[in-house]
Amino acid sequence: MQFDSINAFFAMGGYGLYVWLSFGLGLLSMALLWGSAWLSKKRLLQQVVIEQARQTRINQARQAANNHDGKNEQQN
Amino acid sequence: MWKWLHPYAKTERCYALCQRLLPWFSVLGLVSLVIGCVWGLAFAPSDYQQGDSYRIIFIHVPSAILSKAMYSGMAAAAFIGLVWQVKTAFMAMIAMAPIGAMVTFVSLITGAAWGKPMWGTWWEWDARLTSQLILLFLFLGVIALYKSFNDVQQAGKAAGVMALVGIINLPIIHYSVEWWNTLHQGATILKMGKPSMPPDMLQPLLFCIVSWMLVCAAIFLLALQNEILRRDIRRPWVIHLVKGKNIGTAQLGSTSRGQI
Repeated sequence: MQFDSINAFFAMGGYGLYVWLSFGLGLLSMALLWGSAWLSKKRLLQQVVIEQARQTRINQARQAANNHDGKNEQQN
Repeated sequence: MWKWLHPYAKTERCYALCQRLLPWFSVLGLVSLVIGCVWGLAFAPSDYQQGDSYRIIFIHVPSAILSKAMYSGMAAAAFIGLVWQVKTAFMAMIAMAPIGAMVTFVSLITGAAWGKPMWGTWWEWDARLTSQLILLFLFLGVIALYKSFNDVQQAGKAAGVMALVGIINLPIIHYSVEWWNTLHQGATILKMGKPSMPPDMLQPLLFCIVSWMLVCAAIFLLALQNEILRRDIRRPWVIHLVKGKNIGTAQLGSTSRGQI
């Protein structure tokens, strides 16, 4: 450990502002990129589920309509 | 080798590979990033001339190296996409662009925060600083050009050409400190002969560089998966993937299975 006290550690020999600004920004930017990528992935996977559920409802409605009509409707 | 490599151009295989690699890169990256920062901040000795302000190097140099590495990777992906018409390569290209822009931005800001106490100025129109700023604009240009097309294939081609043209900037950044009289110091690690840095400063620095590489690789894997998902969202393998994960299986009726 290069510093005698916790205060000396935060002061960084008088360069505290510059050093902590750099480390803060560096780590924050990585966290932001990581978090947003992770969140998008989660959302995209959820979207697949929603889309799938919608498709299921459409198919069921179409089937029900076909059964009800009794006419040989061709799906296109 | 090509025979082994080729299946990974298929989005499905590529996604699975990313999924397998992701935990390793994430855990190693996160742990090494924390260790590297603590090592650099608290345990590396201070500089006899610059005092503790030099500790900015442990963020500045990794981000600057990563900015060039990301650009090289992006241009390589663009080249593969343009020459061999591999769609997955364009996805990799656009997945790398925001990460590259972010690390370039970090290198510029940390450079300014280092320049203020040491040079007495936040910014100077110096060769190294200006060429690095152009690198940031190139990344943003690639992203903007890609987003301006509706057709992803066209977008990939246009942005790919721009990424390839911009590669001329990389040697300019690297040699800017030799070609011109600059405020920025010369190369310390990547140069002929021994690095001009004592080992107890060099070791944490190299450690930080590796940790940034791992973290950026982890973010890249996630971003590439997102690109693949975005493009293949209606394809059967994605739907099976979600079903396999048991997310909302209740909503997936059995009737739909025959249709997809």
